[in-house]
Amino acid sequence: MAKLHGARIKRQEDPRLITGNGNFTDDIKLPGMVHARVLRSPYAHAKILSIDVSEALEHPGVLAVYTGKDVNPEMQPVPTSWVVPGCNIKPKPRMPLAEEKVHYAGEGVAFVVAEDRYIAKDALEKIKVEYEELPAVTHQEEALKEGAPIVHEDVEGNLAFDWQPAELDDEVFEQAEVVVKQRFYEQRVVPNPMETRGAVAQYNSGGGEMTIWCTSQNPHIHRMVYSEVLGIPESKLRIVAPDVGGGFGAKIGVYTEEALAGYAAKNLKRPVKWIEERSEHFLATNHARDEVIEVELAGNKDGTLTALRVVNTANMGAYLSTMGAGVPTIDFGLMITGAYDIPKAAVRTFGVYTNTTPTDAYRGAGKPEATFQIERAIDLFAHKIGMDVLEIRKKNLVKKEAFPYTNAMGLNYDSGNYQLSLEKALEMANYEELREEQKRLAAEGRLMGIGFSTYVELCGLGPSKVAGAIGFQGGLWENSTVRVHPSGKVAVYTGASPHGQGVKTTFAQVVGEKFGIPIEDIEVYSGDTGSIAMGWGTYGSRTTAVGGGALAIAADRVVDKAKKIAAHELEASPDDIELKDGVFQVKGVPGRQRTFQQIAKSANMAWNLPEGMEPALEAQSFFDPENFVYPFGTHICVVEVDKDTGKVELTRYIAVDDVGRVINPTIVEGQVHGGLAQGIGQALWEGTVYSENGQLLSGTFMDYTMPQADFFPEFETACTETPSPVNPLGAKGVGETGTTASTPAVVNAVMDALKAYGIKDLEMPLTPEKVWSAMQNRRELV
Amino acid sequence: MEISMKVNGTEKKSHVEPRMLLVHYLRDELDLTGTHIGCDTSQCGACTVYVDGKSVKSCTTLAVQADGSEVTTVEGLGDMEKLHAIQRGFWEEHGLQCGYCTPGVMMAMAALLRENHDPSESEIREGMKGAICRCTGYQFIVKAVQHAARRLAEEKEEQRLVQSTGEGGVK
Repeated sequence: MAKLHGARIKRQEDPRLITGNGNFTDDIKLPGMVHARVLRSPYAHAKILSIDVSEALEHPGVLAVYTGKDVNPEMQPVPTSWVVPGCNIKPKPRMPLAEEKVHYAGEGVAFVVAEDRYIAKDALEKIKVEYEELPAVTHQEEALKEGAPIVHEDVEGNLAFDWQPAELDDEVFEQAEVVVKQRFYEQRVVPNPMETRGAVAQYNSGGGEMTIWCTSQNPHIHRMVYSEVLGIPESKLRIVAPDVGGGFGAKIGVYTEEALAGYAAKNLKRPVKWIEERSEHFLATNHARDEVIEVELAGNKDGTLTALRVVNTANMGAYLSTMGAGVPTIDFGLMITGAYDIPKAAVRTFGVYTNTTPTDAYRGAGKPEATFQIERAIDLFAHKIGMDVLEIRKKNLVKKEAFPYTNAMGLNYDSGNYQLSLEKALEMANYEELREEQKRLAAEGRLMGIGFSTYVELCGLGPSKVAGAIGFQGGLWENSTVRVHPSGKVAVYTGASPHGQGVKTTFAQVVGEKFGIPIEDIEVYSGDTGSIAMGWGTYGSRTTAVGGGALAIAADRVVDKAKKIAAHELEASPDDIELKDGVFQVKGVPGRQRTFQQIAKSANMAWNLPEGMEPALEAQSFFDPENFVYPFGTHICVVEVDKDTGKVELTRYIAVDDVGRVINPTIVEGQVHGGLAQGIGQALWEGTVYSENGQLLSGTFMDYTMPQADFFPEFETACTETPSPVNPLGAKGVGETGTTASTPAVVNAVMDALKAYGIKDLEMPLTPEKVWSAMQNRRELV
Repeated sequence: MEISMKVNGTEKKSHVEPRMLLVHYLRDELDLTGTHIGCDTSQCGACTVYVDGKSVKSCTTLAVQADGSEVTTVEGLGDMEKLHAIQRGFWEEHGLQCGYCTPGVMMAMAALLRENHDPSESEIREGMKGAICRCTGYQFIVKAVQHAARRLAEEKEEQRLVQSTGEGGVK
């Protein structure tokens, strides 16, 4: 049988999706189902003086209109799920509906249920809310200033937390030969999966069981939280993530609307569907990034880096959302030294409340921001000492021999060969020739730029004891069950909950390889708390590294048991049985064999099992890895900036990633491409804009530039393979690499192109207008 | 209002509110849930269907506007027994990840191939202007469309051969 591990196999997910047979949340239709909509605050900050729902209630077809007064006493608030210790954190759990005050434009004020979605929308217009508008603050630095509007009365100075795990003396920087100081702003972006959020809730008033189908990346976490919020025991609450149309972090979050759908379903004894519109998504689904990052990088004139100090002032929005507090602290702060051997480092993060939509994890979560600041700072350092940006990287990258390597923040990088990916990228780019071309174009008056990003990121979240130590309100192990049916067909259940990553196929390859059976004989199930014991979901590139780890262990357990059955039937010792191409064979005795299917039948019939063995062929693993995994690589971006318009054109993009052992190269490439589009999107086009009084001005796809097909050249990608020692597959995780690496590579390339203008830094997104204006302002320098 | 249209080859008659969007009519009334809604403003293309052979965005078309027309949705494009070349292309070349935008994108790209049998990479990327995919970074969508173009050319060649053999062959 051909090897499955490492093979380019077509996705098993696709036949349903390409024929219109997918089953997304909004596709679910239940008998008696009614439709819900949320009335959202038009103000960023206002007192609610009164709400009059009488007219809405009289509107034909309206079943219920709930306000905060109705639901808040009967439900629990939606909690913060990452309570970072040691930083005087002041979480503000969210009540299902705002009652006395609204804290951001888009916060839910009332929840309407009606016979159809059109009537529900009509009813919103019939609710009368009297507001008293208050001064709002949207920018984190403004919010920290004395006299700024206060978002939550009991949080002084709007400071949600102040995290400083270690300090570094000023002396270190005063005595350094060279110090580069720079302030960067990682603008606010919106994850924008193509499917917005949504939920369908159904309640059985006889038994008290509730099912909520929703757009979830982690249904078990949602079950854990909504169980508390709704007061329904976990054993009676089933969360199902059917097909999920992308997540990118936005669907990790615990929100109020999904719980309100559950509340309404219980209250009305009718199934309730709530589906978010895109304009609502912009207002109500967690945003991301929005961090002011101030960097001090110290080193010697020869390019040796000695110390790094970073202060991050992060805009948390109006609430600390699910993972919110962990992103600019743990995820960001512990990765600030990137792929470089910088001996001393310190970080401080201020988490700030503002009158904006809460921020949370988005593809990469903290690692893209960490990578951005160090990759930009290292370029600035090289420019300051007149060194080539490639040479400074070569000089400071962690050496291959140093692994496992402990960085200055105390993280232990599992394995790596950073030089290898760098060399490969240089070779693919034909770097020397590129620099020559740059000179040739410069002579013609054209602005070409080359940008690097040599990165490492923390993925495969991760050991549960670490999760506890850093204040994450959950475990980070993963669960897989492998069930062999009497026919020899296999069902795999995973607690990871994919939403487009091709995990069905990847996992089938892992099991097919172990059992020597075709992947068509394997079905992978995910996303249903009713059939999967427990799990922590899909985010942080953890699915293959952790969930796949559990799967490999469970599959090995099945093989062990199957070998014992085969040995018993063949009257041999289990040690003498080998499994090859789906056949259990007594070593060296041709003909004495049993097929995988025969053993599956034997195990399930249980007519003749070894003494004391339980029937059936099934195994489960709850794998808790000993460490995170650290994918790494080198990206090289080539751009040309139009002198007359400021438009940045990407001419080449080379990505060499090391994601550990690759199970399906095609799926890995697809993940890299998608990640690149999002990271490049942040560098060049995407950005959320608020007006001064907190109105979201970029609230539709007409105002928020989503990357389109003609924005990109063909990506040139490759992998090196440095297996991780911390999971049985040697996998490292790929979902975030493209996003993490690409943003600084693009900005570095644009800055390289603008070098002649003396422009050191520009805030993202690098729109034509911004680049053009900068060039106009610096024209006199050229 | 009473409306009737032929959807994927079958006559449908319904009573709808004049304000009902075509996409809701297809999804909620006719249970053709392959067509998706990704935005409210016609940017994303997830809702693309054909009305009288022309690709339209069904999230900004009223159902009554399609009265008397022939409508084709992804369900009418092809099924597993006979996949359309564009569906085959998307499957072969990993042209989708979450699959949410996919039906609309495939409809748009099949329409593109009707007009341009051999589009260049930049023509395909240009042709994708009315569609947004957040997962794939578009590269494998381009490959999928190229794959479909090759397949369609082969199918045409086969048909030509069959026809020429049929005409000239011994009966």
